[in-house]
Amino acid sequence: MSFYGIVDGSESSLKRFLAQLPGVDQVGAEARAAMLATRSIKTTSKRWAIDTAISMVDLTTLEGADTAGKVRALCSKAVRPDPSDTTVPSVGAICVYNDMVAIARTHLDAIGGKHVPVAAVSTAFPSGRASMEVKIQDTQDAIDAGAGEIDMVIDRGAFLSGQYGLVFDEIVKIREVCGERAHLKVIFETGELVTYDNVRKASYLAMLAGADFIKTSTGKVAPAATPPVVLVMLEAVRDFYQMTERRIGVKPAGGIRNTKDAIKQLVLVNETAGPEWLTPEFFRIGASALLNDLLMQRMKMDDGYYASPNYVTID
Amino acid sequence: MASSKKAISKVTPRLEVKKTYKLYINGAFPRSESGRVYEVSNTKGGFIANPTLASRKDLRDAVVAARAAQSGWAKATAYNRGQILYRIAEMLEGRADQFASEISLASGVTLRKAQDEVATAIDRWVWYAGWSDKLSAAFGATNPVAGPYYNFTIPEPQGVIAVAPAENFLAFIDSIAPAIVSGNTVIALVPGSAAVAAMTFAEVLATSDLPAGVINILTGLHDELAPWAASHMDIDGFDISGIDKKKRTDLKVAGAENLKRFHHFDGAISPTRIYAFMEAKTVWHPIGV
Repeated sequence: MSFYGIVDGSESSLKRFLAQLPGVDQVGAEARAAMLATRSIKTTSKRWAIDTAISMVDLTTLEGADTAGKVRALCSKAVRPDPSDTTVPSVGAICVYNDMVAIARTHLDAIGGKHVPVAAVSTAFPSGRASMEVKIQDTQDAIDAGAGEIDMVIDRGAFLSGQYGLVFDEIVKIREVCGERAHLKVIFETGELVTYDNVRKASYLAMLAGADFIKTSTGKVAPAATPPVVLVMLEAVRDFYQMTERRIGVKPAGGIRNTKDAIKQLVLVNETAGPEWLTPEFFRIGASALLNDLLMQRMKMDDGYYASPNYVTID
Repeated sequence: MASSKKAISKVTPRLEVKKTYKLYINGAFPRSESGRVYEVSNTKGGFIANPTLASRKDLRDAVVAARAAQSGWAKATAYNRGQILYRIAEMLEGRADQFASEISLASGVTLRKAQDEVATAIDRWVWYAGWSDKLSAAFGATNPVAGPYYNFTIPEPQGVIAVAPAENFLAFIDSIAPAIVSGNTVIALVPGSAAVAAMTFAEVLATSDLPAGVINILTGLHDELAPWAASHMDIDGFDISGIDKKKRTDLKVAGAENLKRFHHFDGAISPTRIYAFMEAKTVWHPIGV
């Protein structure tokens, strides 16, 4: 087996490849991310950024207390984020637990939201602590229910103890299950990977194994999508594109709560990976509270006065 | 050598340590997002301080803080709110001399008058503190209705209130105390030289058990901040006592979009200042169930 002609999938080939990756300059990465965060985006650029960010939101509800009603409400919001304004684009996707996929898909189709995919968090999300059979079954189940995107978690325990082959095989197997029917996003849970070097290694590991997207976090662990982590992942997809001509997407998730944070992420994308990544096809933001803030900022730009949370839906 | 050192110390006064006044938002003292300051001088033109010239973004941050703090503050028991207001009076009392000298310096009134003003301000806090647990009795009611129901009217705080007091310390205190005692949170827009005592007062607040975000203080120009506060959809009421009469109508028009309540008062203390930013909730409860 050959993966992009770079590794053959064996533990030794993976170790060899990952070991030769240059280490991340921690101070440099943090300084660069902080510097890019100071960019001031105003007026028409800001308006464009807000609409782009809305179209990139993976509108997420991953609570034990989720109900079918809540998921349906969220789907309605995904298709028409602001019911009073038809110029607001639909969001990138709806992200829910597996058992909610069918409910979300059916409701989306019924309300004219065929263009909004449903992303399911699979493979024993968020911990990833289950047998491979269960993870495969979990994924298959979600795809059968209509999930167009699978957000899988990696086995962080295996990764941190150096069993790269194990992590790689898991991603490959889930990739096979997804086939052509579903996009595969691989979640690292960067808050548990500890170092930027590990984030870089995990990024390449996932991309080589066939991920369509690499995603920072589950949203259950802090810190989550910090700018330096996203920077390291964006560098990885950029360099991977140069190596293989295959463009992998990035999805920061967790901790992006307001428009300012979202625009900082877009600046990072533009300045690191490049403008080709500035589409929902290659960049998504996993969030729930963010969408309301984006809508309020949009209202402020349209109306000329500050908006109130009373005028957007509670989700 | 020794003699020349002595000579220098005689002619060189100690360098004054001038304070940098910042803003008071969410229990912290941030600089303005805009980085701007303005100068406050005494009546003879001597430099006193550079308070912060707050921008509309600072106002927005203050509203977010005030909104986040509001439900918790309203949920605190009336007894507890009264205690905290009384605590503010205690802390103010301990620094009365500092306030008097700052007010005298910045506004040009005599020290004696400034001392009176501070004493009055302290008394106002005590007075308003006493009202916290009497509001429902004073403004609530059990209403006689034609049906098998108990009917109650309960006064509740409105939410987030902006206040634009006139340029003096007492007016500032008179605008915030009645607004918060009922459970509202406030954003005070303090103009001109009143900023000096107001920001010292923020230090009193920071050490007086008042939850962060209940009182937020922005210093600067009413002309710059008041229109944004008036049109802000997440501010429920606006005390425009310190705004020029001719400019009040424009603000009221700007606030019409979210039915913002506008009030101005002549300065007399009165429980109606408290009730002005409360609203009545009426509850119907069936009898015999």
